[in-house]
Amino acid sequence: MPDLSINFAGIKAPNPFWLASAPPTNSGYQVMKAFEAGWGGAVWKTLGVPVINVSSRYGSINYRNTRMAGFTNIELITDRPLIDNLKEIEEVKKYFPNHAIIASLMVETRAEWEQIIKDVENAGADGIELNFGCPHGMCERGMGSAVGQEPEVLETIVGWVMAAAKIPVITKLTPNISHIVDPGLAAARGGSNAISLINTIKSIVGVDLDTYTPYPVVGGKGTNGGYCGPAVKPIALDMVKELAQHPKIKHLPISGIGGIETWRDAVEFMLLGASSVQVCTAVMHYGFGIVREMERGLVDFMNQKGYETIYDFVGKALPNVTEWKHLNLKHKVVAKIDPEKCIGCDLCYIACDDGAHQAIRLPENGGSRIPEIIDENCVGCNLCSLVCPVEECITMEQRDDGTQHLTWDDRTNANTIPTTFNDDLAGGKGHFVPKPTDALKRKG
Amino acid sequence: MAEYKKPVTELEFEQNFAQKKPLMNPTEAFYESSRCLFCYDAPCMNACPTHIDIPLFIKQIHTGNITGAAKTIFEANWLGNACGKVCPTSELCEGACVYEGQNVPVIQIGRLQHFATAQTMDNDITLFHPGPDNGRKVAIIGAGPAGIACACELRTMGYSVDIYEAKDKPSGLTIYGVAPYKITNEEVLDEMDYLQQQLGYNVFYHSPITSAEQLKKLEAEYDALFLGVGLGGTATLNLPGEDKENVVGAVEFIEDLRMHHHEIDVPDTVVVIGGGNTAVDAASESAKMGAENVMLAYRRSKEEMGAYVFEYQFAKTAGVKGLFSVSPVEIVGDEKATGVKFIRTQNINGKLENIEGSEFVVPCELVIKATGQAKQGGFLSLIEGLKMDDRQRIVVNMANYQTTNPKYFAGGDAVNGGAEVVNGAYDGKMAALGIEDWLNSK
Ligand SMILES: Cc1cc2nc3c(=O)[nH]c(=O)nc-3n(C[C@H](O)[C@H](O)[C@H](O)COP(=O)(O)OP(=O)(O)OC[C@H]3O[C@@H](n4cnc5c(N)ncnc54)[C@H](O)[C@@H]3O)c2cc1C
Ligand SMILES: Cc1cc2nc3c(=O)[nH]c(=O)nc-3n(C[C@H](O)[C@H](O)[C@H](O)COP(=O)(O)O)c2cc1C
Ligand code: SF4
Ligand code: SF4
Ligand code: SF4
Repeated sequence: MPDLSINFAGIKAPNPFWLASAPPTNSGYQVMKAFEAGWGGAVWKTLGVPVINVSSRYGSINYRNTRMAGFTNIELITDRPLIDNLKEIEEVKKYFPNHAIIASLMVETRAEWEQIIKDVENAGADGIELNFGCPHGMCERGMGSAVGQEPEVLETIVGWVMAAAKIPVITKLTPNISHIVDPGLAAARGGSNAISLINTIKSIVGVDLDTYTPYPVVGGKGTNGGYCGPAVKPIALDMVKELAQHPKIKHLPISGIGGIETWRDAVEFMLLGASSVQVCTAVMHYGFGIVREMERGLVDFMNQKGYETIYDFVGKALPNVTEWKHLNLKHKVVAKIDPEKCIGCDLCYIACDDGAHQAIRLPENGGSRIPEIIDENCVGCNLCSLVCPVEECITMEQRDDGTQHLTWDDRTNANTIPTTFNDDLAGGKGHFVPKPTDALKRKG
Repeated sequence: MAEYKKPVTELEFEQNFAQKKPLMNPTEAFYESSRCLFCYDAPCMNACPTHIDIPLFIKQIHTGNITGAAKTIFEANWLGNACGKVCPTSELCEGACVYEGQNVPVIQIGRLQHFATAQTMDNDITLFHPGPDNGRKVAIIGAGPAGIACACELRTMGYSVDIYEAKDKPSGLTIYGVAPYKITNEEVLDEMDYLQQQLGYNVFYHSPITSAEQLKKLEAEYDALFLGVGLGGTATLNLPGEDKENVVGAVEFIEDLRMHHHEIDVPDTVVVIGGGNTAVDAASESAKMGAENVMLAYRRSKEEMGAYVFEYQFAKTAGVKGLFSVSPVEIVGDEKATGVKFIRTQNINGKLENIEGSEFVVPCELVIKATGQAKQGGFLSLIEGLKMDDRQRIVVNMANYQTTNPKYFAGGDAVNGGAEVVNGAYDGKMAALGIEDWLNSK
């Protein structure tokens, strides 16, 4: 049995699966229930200044028959009295001394920060998370993403916190910024012990076509919300990677957040440098029980790969994430269709013909619906293999022999950057481009 | 005990004849429609005789545009609702669905089609309007699928249309012939009302056209005529004893059943003679009416049956037994039949031969002959210059459905010799377009 326990900037937990600061960590009841179900830690719903919430708070993106592929909310930080939260933190800690409880905080003045840090330390919290993320409501009052978007302000506040806190501090970043490294560096400069990301993305999930109001509708009006759930995972992964690779940030542990629902998602975040993961939407959708799939999947993965602790593979994908200019221009793949598996939907044909490089043809006589790849036109873009509904039916076959290696960077250094259009794979050169009028003779 | 108890109330009849393809609920339709791949040049669409844009209407259902989906369907097929329920989909659209190749259940196209059209009909949503009056008049003989489809299409182009129908209900064999577990009378008539209300053609019931004089009159009054007369009653077998009291034709038996449900009396033992879809239907229906012993007797082997395999499978689950390679020689009994005398047959080099001395009698209380429908030859011979082929089917130009008498167009069973509702619907629509082209070119 591999060891799933972690020591995250001094915060110890039996496993890396934490609840993100959100409705599932709103009360001692929920956190206790979560720990019983198998979660290793919980970031308490953000504590701070008094707020008032609106009614009608969530919206979602449903994709085909998948509900909540993306999720949005316009909720604020906790609306329960601080004193109740502190009492409950203390009580949960009594029952679960080895599980991690991290207090998420958001206040305004230095004095408020110092007071609330003392409060949560006295309640027995194992760590603090600074919420510089909320893209609605709180930012209008100068908190949340208003801080996260101003690296200098962020650094100052982290500095206040570090001067006051005796327990580890995690800075949670907002993705609503063009360059995530800037607030990441500010957090590092301010002395933060760790970083977590991402918070929600400023968004509108949809508009009611009868009332002309964005969702969620609050009495005939709506506002932008914070987007999260499976749809945001790619953005979160990229941002985690950005920080995990940065020379001045990579020494800080990262807690990965954004769209995590399965063990695969969790492992992907870890491979890009996260050493704990936080989950909100998946729990709001399926309840705390979802962790049992994550935990078992992680154990099976580690057994299969022979890893003993999660530190054996945290960051393992980072050396393979490089800049475009370091990619091998000599590598070549071409699509291949397995006619035994093909079911003849012809989606690959129309995708390539209309949306890519006219490298797939249908059999002339019309008898069979199994398409054929036109090798010389295939640029190896993968589109066909992505649209094909049959697993492993279209594979991308390597055509170069692997002996040659030449990158854009190499060419820059050798002063051989092209001055004319001479890409072998480009339309008109290495492959034919049909005449514009050919379009008129075809079906569909 | 028989598989089914004899129904004595309408409710029991409905239970025995429960719909094979019940109406989907919106959730089911949502999930089912989500699975469609939106295939390019979709094979399902090519396999539909009316070429409904299936991926389009399924996507419309999924995006909540149910009315749009119904429009897509009706625009291609005026009997879109009935077809969703009665088409042999596993032989048509669903049989061509690409999921078949993956051993994944195919998309339930028929039920989705029924769902979309039923919702639009139930909510009385108007989808179509007659075209502006073009001053032309067309007479249609027969209010079956072919006649109705022709009428609808002509009305959208502004023709005035009168349908002359021998019976008292529209839709032809859809209501008089199709098995009751495929579609209910109410469902059939709902669609007929829905179409007629929107498009406003006239139907004259109890108005058989039977004489040369009547035809002359129609020819004089109308710019063109459409023949949607289908086929006739059950053909005679020319067997001794065929005229006994309890020997009935399958088409007549089914019509009686459709019109009178549990009120008809089906005895305990029934022999059905034939191997086509009508024979198999009549056998299944007898079983569902509570007959204990239903024997389906066919001259050739099981493999050679004309009926769809799925229909025979269905009959077997209803309790029907098959008897193969037997040919009827005589219906025995006095006034009433008490059995059928068969002789065993064998296939020698493709030729069916009786096996000498192998006769035997299967006792029964009802004999249903399902040996094909007679053709409408007698009536059709009254039309001047109307050519029929050697199987007594009306010869038409497949490009415009015009017969050899240029004023007459024709479609449906009378032309194809007996196919499906969907073929009649397609022919009727195409003939309407043929009439328009012909009159425009005159
Ligand atoms: C037992 C049985 C089961 C069937 N099951 C199915 C099924 O499950 N699915 C399916 O798709 N198809 C089924 N069919 C076939 C389908 O019903 C027919 O293919 C279709 O109805 C043919 O349409 P039509 O308009 O050509 O003819 P019909 O439906 O036969 O309609 C012809 C109409 O013309 C009228 N008519 C005839 N002569 C005259 C005249 N001289 N004057 C005035 N009116 C006249 C008739 O009364 C009738 O209403 C079945 C057929 C039978 C017999
Ligand atoms: C309803 C809701 C309320 C949230 N409240 C907070 C909060 O109070 N503090 C905070 O740091 N993040 C908050 N978040 C952001 C989540 O902690 C998390 O960063 C985000 O949802 C991405 O993770 P996910 O894709 O697993 O949901 C909230 C998210 C949701 C959906
Ligand atoms: S990989 Fe791209 S270019 Fe090649 S066949 Fe597939 S879709 Fe076309
Ligand atoms: S997408 Fe896949 S299954 Fe469909 S035609 Fe292409 S290869 Fe065949
Ligand atoms: S063949 Fe099947 S999956 Fe493809 S469009 Fe038709 S119904 Fe949809």
